[in-house]
Amino acid sequence: MHRQSEVVLQVSLFITCYNDTLFPETGKAVVKVLERLGHSVDFPAGQTCCGQMHWNTGYQADALPLVSRFVEQFRHAEAVVVPSSSCVAMIRDHYPKMAEEIGDRRLITEVAELLPRVYEFSEFLTKRLGLKDVGAYYPHRVTYHASCHGLRNLGLGDGPLTLLRSVKGIDLVEIENMEQCCGFGGTFAVKNADVSSAMLAEKITAVLNTGAEACTACDNSCLMHIQGALHRQRTGVNTVHLAEILANSEKEA
Amino acid sequence: MSSAGSVLDPKTSPAFPIAARVTLEDTQLRKNVRHATEVIQNKRARVVGEMPDWQQLRESGSQIRQHTMANLDYYLEEFERNCTKAGGQVHWARDGEEAKRIVTSLVKASGSSEVIKIKSMTTEEIHLNLTLEAAQVHTYETDLAELIIQLGQDQPSHIVVPALHKNRQQIREIFQREMNLPELGEKPQDLADAARSFLREKFLRVKTAVSGANFLIAESGGVCIVESEGNGRMCLTLPETLITIAGIDKVLPRFQDLEVMLQLVPRSATGERMNPYNSIWTGIHPGDGPRNFHVVLMDNARSEVLADQEGRQTLNCIRCGACQNACPVYRQTGGHAYGSVYAGPIGAILTPQLQQLHHAQTLPYASSLCGACYEVCPVKINIPEVLIHLRNKVVKQKGALTAEALAMKTAGAIFRSERRFRAAQRLGRFAETPLVRRDGSGEGWIGWLPGLLGGWTQVRDLREMPKETFREWWEKRGNHGR
Repeated sequence: MHRQSEVVLQVSLFITCYNDTLFPETGKAVVKVLERLGHSVDFPAGQTCCGQMHWNTGYQADALPLVSRFVEQFRHAEAVVVPSSSCVAMIRDHYPKMAEEIGDRRLITEVAELLPRVYEFSEFLTKRLGLKDVGAYYPHRVTYHASCHGLRNLGLGDGPLTLLRSVKGIDLVEIENMEQCCGFGGTFAVKNADVSSAMLAEKITAVLNTGAEACTACDNSCLMHIQGALHRQRTGVNTVHLAEILANSEKEA
Repeated sequence: MSSAGSVLDPKTSPAFPIAARVTLEDTQLRKNVRHATEVIQNKRARVVGEMPDWQQLRESGSQIRQHTMANLDYYLEEFERNCTKAGGQVHWARDGEEAKRIVTSLVKASGSSEVIKIKSMTTEEIHLNLTLEAAQVHTYETDLAELIIQLGQDQPSHIVVPALHKNRQQIREIFQREMNLPELGEKPQDLADAARSFLREKFLRVKTAVSGANFLIAESGGVCIVESEGNGRMCLTLPETLITIAGIDKVLPRFQDLEVMLQLVPRSATGERMNPYNSIWTGIHPGDGPRNFHVVLMDNARSEVLADQEGRQTLNCIRCGACQNACPVYRQTGGHAYGSVYAGPIGAILTPQLQQLHHAQTLPYASSLCGACYEVCPVKINIPEVLIHLRNKVVKQKGALTAEALAMKTAGAIFRSERRFRAAQRLGRFAETPLVRRDGSGEGWIGWLPGLLGGWTQVRDLREMPKETFREWWEKRGNHGR
């Protein structure tokens, strides 16, 4: 059985714009896992987007105002949990220098104070709460793709795999070249559609070679990309966010 | 045949997505690139993994290069002084044209109508061989890979392994044809033997050599070259005249800095613990080696790169090519698609900057920002950060009236307001309806999207938007779900 952590936290969920719009099930799963572990969750309604798409595509001016919006929404949060590794990387790697660029002393300080309380979902479970087993049950063959930003920018390492290994009933199979990019890269997927497709083809082959029913990750943007080809090719293989696997428990199965 | 018949010139090369479409169709090239980069990457990982202080070494390398760039004028002048004192002659070239004029006149003055060359990406950058040939000076590339490129009338596709896109059979065909060796075998030994006898005669006959440089050492005025084959050593010792051409970014303050660099370079570049040949030459020495020694220090827009605070770290590059081997984009396209002798992640940041963004504006977008390049860079150049910085410059250059800029502006306005964001979510659900098709399970999928977004649906489907956003669900549930 899973271990409840001793501290009870008030967790603020930053769902991110695309999860809110396209992957609400991931958000529901995050809420379910956190509440099952005894924490309470709030959802600041004024939140929108972290600014990653604008920033990474070169539209810095449009991304800047989103820094103060994020701070306004979460400045009093005990912990901010984000089920998207690339959005956390955006916040962690770029917000400090964006605040500098805006040149607002107060914003610079607030960003610096808030950042240590911002966690990617799996990171919150493994690093903040020190958990491995969250009491999940998922009787399927699953493979894990290490999303680039989680892997390299956040240094998630084995964290997500540790959580998956503790899931009851799971048949976790390793994918070849786990750390190789799936080719999404935000607007890269449309600006360099052919190269992105070639990268995706390699990833799909690797997923199919595992014989898994589902490919999981800590980032729905990569999964949306992988899922897009898995569905186009009628492979019958699915994608599922890590949170949705962890939310599944034997009681309801 | 190769997809790169003409010279790789960023001024005339097609945009990256267009050029990549061509190389993506080349099955042989893609197999060769995948195989070669995997072999080198695995070797690198092995020899880097055995270094307990690798991260500290990277940090030292980064610090040395940052310090050098912050004091580049000082160290260049120190190099000039010490090189001159040792009997070398230093020439300054503002750009590639001036560098080529200087080299051509130095070759002419040496009285030779032929030169032997050590592998040098700097000479490839300015297409020196074309200029020399036009001045009736015949050039012989002596690096095995560069020889393959030259004989095959091809272009380099990698900064360390320029013929990485060719396999053994293809190299054999080039040698059979160009060296007139119809019976040549295809074993590595056969190919190396053929190259050796072809080159040996040139080494012994040609009196003038042109080299690049891995490092210039300011405190001694010495020049350093690392290589695997020994052809470089031949070019440095046998000719009467040696002309070295180097970008101004190649300088290192002290001899001692090589302690760090000569650990970082071989492990990162070829997965070796040490390069087989490490040559350092300082001026001239009577009765030993070349009697005339020239160094051409070339700027060619490096000063402009230096002036850009965020782009500056690009100049820290020590040309190991590790980022190219690690890059999942390069792995698919090979080097020629980048339209420059500097391909891969480093090329995607260096080339547009050397062009001062007058050309090669698609290169900063030739990356999924996966960060594999930054992870392996021995001097910790944050390539994704520089890519994003350059994208911003491109966006500013293109102005606010492109379709993309207008779409981004609209999206920006949407994200600045909760009300507008909610409205956009509703509008999206409504607007996509005509495109949604039901699959066997009744799930809605989009298989075709218009305009730029069509790039997505060329090989991918898109699931229809759920009927309810997360925030709508949250509000229905009430804030006291527990």
